Amino acid sequence: MSFSLILSQLLNGLQFGVLLFLLAAGLTLVFGIMSFVNLAHGSLYMLGAYFAATAYNHTESFTVAVVAALAGCIVVGMALERLAVSRLYGRDHLDHVLATFGMMMFFNEAARMLWGPQPYFLPVPDMLSGTVDLLGISYPAYRFAIIVVGLLVAIGAHLLMHKTRLGMLIRAGSINPQMVGALGVNIKLLNAILFGLGAALAGLAGVMAGPILSVQVGMGEPVLITTLVVIVIGGIGSVSGALYAALIVGIVDTMGRAFLPMLLRDVMSREAATAAGPALASMLIYILMAVVLALRPQGLFPARRA
Amino acid sequence: MQKQSSFGLAKAVPAFLLLLLAVVPFAASYFEQPFYLAFFGRIIIYAIAATALNLALGYGGLVSLGHALFMGLGAYSVAIASFHEIDSGLAHLAITVAVCALVGLVTGAISLRTSGIAFIMITLAFGQMGYFVFVSLKQYGGDDGITISATSKLLGLDLGNTMTVYVVAFAVLLALLLWMARLRVSPFGMVLRGARENARRINAIGLPSKRYQLLAYVMSSVLCGISGILLANLNAFASPSNMAWMVSGDLIVMVVLGGIGSVFGPLLGVLAFLGLEEVIKGYTEHWMAIFGPLIVLVALLGKAGIVGVLEKFDDWRASRAVRIAPVAAQKQESAA
Repeated sequence: MSFSLILSQLLNGLQFGVLLFLLAAGLTLVFGIMSFVNLAHGSLYMLGAYFAATAYNHTESFTVAVVAALAGCIVVGMALERLAVSRLYGRDHLDHVLATFGMMMFFNEAARMLWGPQPYFLPVPDMLSGTVDLLGISYPAYRFAIIVVGLLVAIGAHLLMHKTRLGMLIRAGSINPQMVGALGVNIKLLNAILFGLGAALAGLAGVMAGPILSVQVGMGEPVLITTLVVIVIGGIGSVSGALYAALIVGIVDTMGRAFLPMLLRDVMSREAATAAGPALASMLIYILMAVVLALRPQGLFPARRA
Repeated sequence: MQKQSSFGLAKAVPAFLLLLLAVVPFAASYFEQPFYLAFFGRIIIYAIAATALNLALGYGGLVSLGHALFMGLGAYSVAIASFHEIDSGLAHLAITVAVCALVGLVTGAISLRTSGIAFIMITLAFGQMGYFVFVSLKQYGGDDGITISATSKLLGLDLGNTMTVYVVAFAVLLALLLWMARLRVSPFGMVLRGARENARRINAIGLPSKRYQLLAYVMSSVLCGISGILLANLNAFASPSNMAWMVSGDLIVMVVLGGIGSVFGPLLGVLAFLGLEEVIKGYTEHWMAIFGPLIVLVALLGKAGIVGVLEKFDDWRASRAVRIAPVAAQKQESAA
C-alpha cells in the first residue's frame, strides 16, 4: 500500500462524498423542515442525468446539459410539490413513503418508456478531460472538478442559509411554520422553493455523476439509500451535518471497498478474506449507521433547535 | 327497532375470496392450468408476509421498510440448508425461526431506539445490509441466486410440489388470520394499538410500550420468515432480489392498499396488488407507469384501503336501514 494509492482513494472517497452531499443537502432540508420522507429524490437525480444526456446529444455542449438538468429538475420538483407533496405535509410518514414510492415507480417506468432500457452516455467535457497534479499524483481533472463544485455548493448553501433573507425564513419556518405564516410570509411558496432547490441539487448531482457512471433506469435507488444513510448519520435537518456525514460516508465506503479485503488477508486465510472482504466492505456504511444510531439516535451533528 | 346483523361486506368479501382461494387447486387441475395454481400460490404467500408486516405496521405503527429481509432470510434458510443436503422441513423451519427471531431482536432493539423518519431509514438500512451480505456470498450463488434442489420435506409432504405448497400455504394463511383476529383484540394487541396511538399514555399506565413493540416486531419478523420458506419452495429458488428494498416497499403498499390495521386488509391488498399487476401487464409492459400514480392516489385519498371502503358501504347500508325502519313501523301502526 503506497502513499499515492491511499491518497488517490482518499480523493475518490472525497469525490463520492461530495456527490452524496449534493443529494443529502436537499433531502435533509425537506426531511427536517417539512418533516417529509421523500423516496423520489433518487428519481430527480436520475432525471437530471437523463435531461443532461439528452441536451448534450442535441447540442454537444456540457454547459447546456447542466442548465437543462437544473431547469428540468426544478420544474419537475416544483410540479411534484404543488400536485402531490404539499397535500401530504400534515399526514404521517407512512403516507409519504407510499406516495413517493409510487412516484419512484412511475419515474423509473417513464424513463424506460422515453429513453429506452439501454444506458445513455454522457462524456467528460473536453476542458476537464486531462489530469491534475496533486501532491505528486496525477488525478483526473473531472473528478477533481466535482470535488471543487461540491465544496462551492456547500459554501453557497451555508451563505444562503445564514446570510440571506430566504435562508432566515427557511430556518424560521423549520422552528415554527405557523408563526412565520402569521407574520405574512407565504409559507407555501417557501416550501415549494425549498423543494425546487433540493430538486436542482439532485439534478446537479445527476449531471456530474453522468460521465462517471452510466445514465440508466434505476440509477437513483442505490444512491438514494446511501444518501438516506448520510442523513441519518448527520442528523435529520442539518445541512452542515449532511456535509460532514457525506464526506465520512464517502471516504469510509470508498476506502473500505479498496483496502478492507487486503487488510483482512493479513488476519485470516486468503479464502475467508476474499469471501468476507467485499461483503464487509459493502456493509460498512450500514454498520456505521447502526452504531451511530445505537449510541446517538439524533445523529452525529443534529440541527440546533431553539 | 331490531339490531342490524354485523355480517356486512367487510366480512363477506374476505370470506368469499378465501373460499375462492380454496377452490383454485381444484379448478386449476380440472382446467389443466398449472400457471394459475402457482400465481395464486404466490398471492397466498405474499398475503402471509403482508399479514405478518401488518402486525408491526398496522397494530404496532412501526413503519418498517426492511421486512423483505426476513422473507429473504426464510428463503435462504431453505436454500443454504438444501445446498448442504438438509431437506428436513422441520430443520428449515427451526433455522428460519431462530435466525429471524435473532435478527429481528437485534435490528428491532436498535431500530426502536429511534422513531419516525429515522426508524424508517434504519430498517431500510438493515434490509440493505442483508441484501449485500447475500450478494457477496459467492459460494451460495451471490448476485445470481441459488436453485433449490432439495425442497422441504415436512410430515411426509414434499413442498417442492406446487399443489402441496399451495395447500400448506393456504392452511398457514387461515391459521394466521384466525390468530391475528384474536390477537388484535387480546390484551397484547390492545396495548400494541394503544402504543401506536399514544405511547406516553401506555407508559404512564405502567406498561413498557417499547417492549411490546419489540415483541411485535420480532413476531412479525418470524412470520415473514415463514412466508419466505414457502416462497423458496414454490419457486425452487432463492436470490438476493427476494430481500431488495423494493419488495419491502411493495409489502407496505399491499398492506395499506387493503386496509392497514385490519385482519383481512393485507389479504385484500395482496389480491388487488398482484391481480392488478397481472391484468395491467396483459395490456402493456409498462405496468408500473400506471400503477405508480395509482399508489400516489391511494396515499392522497387517505389510508382506509379496501377494507375501509367496504366498511363505509356497510355503515351506509346500516344507516339506511335505521332510517327506513321507523317509517315501516309507523305504517304498520296506522294500518292497525
